[in-house]
Amino acid sequence: MGKRMKIAVCVKQVPDTWAEKRLRPADSLLDRESAEGVLNELDEYAVEEALKIQEAHGGEVTIVSMGPERAVETIRKALSMGADAGIHIVDDALSGSDALATSAVLAGVLKDRGFDLIIFGSESTDARMSVVPAMVSERLGLPQLTFAQKVDVNGGTITIERQTDYGFDSVEASSPVVVSVVEKINEPRYPSFKGIMAAKKKPLETLSIVDVGVAAGSVGTSAAWSVVADFAARPPKAAGTIVSDEGTGGVKIAEFLATNKII
Amino acid sequence: MAPILVVVEHADGVVKKVTLELLTLARSLGEPAAVWLGPGYGDTGASQLAEYGVATAYVVDNSDMVDFVVAPKTEALAAVVKQASPAAILIASSAEGKEIAGRLAIKIESGVITDAVAIAPDLTATQSVFGGSTIVHSTVTHGIPIITVRPNSTAPQAAATALSRVDVEVPVSEGARGAKVTGRTAATKASRPELSEAAIVVSGGRGVGGPEGFGVIESLADSLGAAVGASRAATDAGWYPHQYQVGQTGKTVSPQLYVANGISGAIQHRAGMQTSKMIVAVNKDSEAPIFELADFGVVGDLFAVVPQLTDEVQKRKG
Ligand SMILES: Cc1cc2nc3c(=O)[nH]c(=O)nc-3n(C[C@H](O)[C@H](O)[C@H](O)COP(=O)(O)OP(=O)(O)OC[C@H]3O[C@@H](n4cnc5c(N)ncnc54)[C@H](O)[C@@H]3O)c2cc1C
Ligand SMILES: Cc1cc2nc3c(=O)[nH]c(=O)nc-3n(C[C@H](O)[C@H](O)[C@H](O)COP(=O)(O)OP(=O)(O)OC[C@H]3O[C@@H](n4cnc5c(N)ncnc54)[C@H](O)[C@@H]3O)c2cc1C
Repeated sequence: MGKRMKIAVCVKQVPDTWAEKRLRPADSLLDRESAEGVLNELDEYAVEEALKIQEAHGGEVTIVSMGPERAVETIRKALSMGADAGIHIVDDALSGSDALATSAVLAGVLKDRGFDLIIFGSESTDARMSVVPAMVSERLGLPQLTFAQKVDVNGGTITIERQTDYGFDSVEASSPVVVSVVEKINEPRYPSFKGIMAAKKKPLETLSIVDVGVAAGSVGTSAAWSVVADFAARPPKAAGTIVSDEGTGGVKIAEFLATNKII
Repeated sequence: MAPILVVVEHADGVVKKVTLELLTLARSLGEPAAVWLGPGYGDTGASQLAEYGVATAYVVDNSDMVDFVVAPKTEALAAVVKQASPAAILIASSAEGKEIAGRLAIKIESGVITDAVAIAPDLTATQSVFGGSTIVHSTVTHGIPIITVRPNSTAPQAAATALSRVDVEVPVSEGARGAKVTGRTAATKASRPELSEAAIVVSGGRGVGGPEGFGVIESLADSLGAAVGASRAATDAGWYPHQYQVGQTGKTVSPQLYVANGISGAIQHRAGMQTSKMIVAVNKDSEAPIFELADFGVVGDLFAVVPQLTDEVQKRKG
């Protein structure tokens, strides 16, 4: 590639996985205030992959995140790992957006900026839909290289190993492309102290939905094409039978399975 | 009446179990129709579909469906939707199934719900979210509901009917042919059922102690006709391949039976298996949180308990 490679990484702020997550009774939205917000773990792998590609091929890495005010912490975390710049789309109208709206906003930011590679995590740990990368690929009309366990960049040709149930498919496309990565692809680096200090000075663009060309009426709870009717905590499970192994533990399990007609 | 359109998952011409589940579910909602994307439709597949109540099978016999990633399948499916005008579209909640659902939602301007575990006759979907701790009822309010359904949500039941085949010609656009599949590699071609589809899953964790330790786990799995799963501690250590990881950042399973061996039951592991119908745990620590979930638990050394269980299962099979 003659020009500098431009890489975007889309990251989401999610509640810490160690916290119990719950929906807010008032509006059935995820209660994001009750738990610490962290960079979606799978997106750390996306950031790492972008930085590795940058180290090997040069170029610039831009972090893109849509989310409330405090999602800026998540962008800073990615910048402290080594990314160059951030774009934060924040707008009260976005609260309660469905996957369609989320993908429309991300596509709105990503298009026309000349990114060669747009890298995602393969799933958020909160809603876990695992659809946004494919939807952005659909909206932008770019080749979809998702669920990558390996990414190779060779000029304008991008090759991945796409994880499947039986192993993997080798898939090839010409940039620009949409990529999503799975956990086994790399080991995300920890931000260094220097990285954390540097991140504070890196450029951060803050955009509203109007800036990304999305109409206010087309996002948020009221525009969602799927709605939560009601929700409830799962009823607690009745306590099971726990026995100590006195030399017949295996037989006891077999008896339990037989009683329940599993064997 | 508008049909309930089910996207068929198939391999080597055989319809996968999850599709038979979806067809059973579809019959409780209306009249099922099936879409077969890609080559492979033949007598085997046709008779399976007929046996599960499909009157119309839309077939897109075009190798672009498998030679390029997801986009051609979505174009073809959108064309079938236009022709069939379904009341709802059901797709298996596999990685690719969800991608197809998401892209289709944009193409046909419809809402999408993923990972349903049940669907009521009024098309309200039940989702089990946050690792199974919360049950949500949701509906699609715009367009034709696109709902992906988790494997093992419905017990497959046959209800034979006469099937007719409708071939659909779809010219796949150049834009959809961007990501080309150049090779397929089977990692460990196990003869075991697929993890996310399996009726029984036997898992091992750090307590298994090393790659060799998975031998006892595999033997138990084979005696039960089960899939093998692993905790992240085990996959991170390289004891078992990553694609078998169960949990928050691995696969979500909800089998009839989940057997956790040497797994402590961390919240991120539970997120992938908590909705299993029945849970059995073997752990030498009586305080391990996995016992809070277990219907039956044995406090003991898995290297004593698991082989004994395997023997006992074999014995009972006769
Ligand atoms: C419990 C729950 C259930 C839901 N169910 C539905 C539903 O059935 N249908 C529906 O349409 N919506 C649903 N939503 C809303 C949906 O989660 C959001 O629209 C969300 O932004 C997209 O889904 P996801 O987080 O699952 O993303 P995924 O598709 O799992 O995310 C994959 C990747 O996309 C990128 N990404 C995702 N979100 C962002 C972001 N905001 N900014 C930057 N990058 C991002 C990240 O790289 C991430 O790793 C649900 C939300 C919750 C909390
Ligand atoms: C963001 C994030 C995502 C994660 N995603 C996942 C995920 O997808 N899946 C997942 O599993 N984890 C995940 N984890 C990791 C999770 O937190 C735990 O670290 C992991 O599940 C622990 O695995 P384990 O139970 O095998 O190991 P441990 O917690 O070490 O437990 C081992 C258990 O084995 C028992 N044991 C030891 N020897 C024996 C013996 N001989 N016989 C019987 N019992 C024995 C011990 O008593 C102990 O209870 C995630 C963590 C984070 C932070």
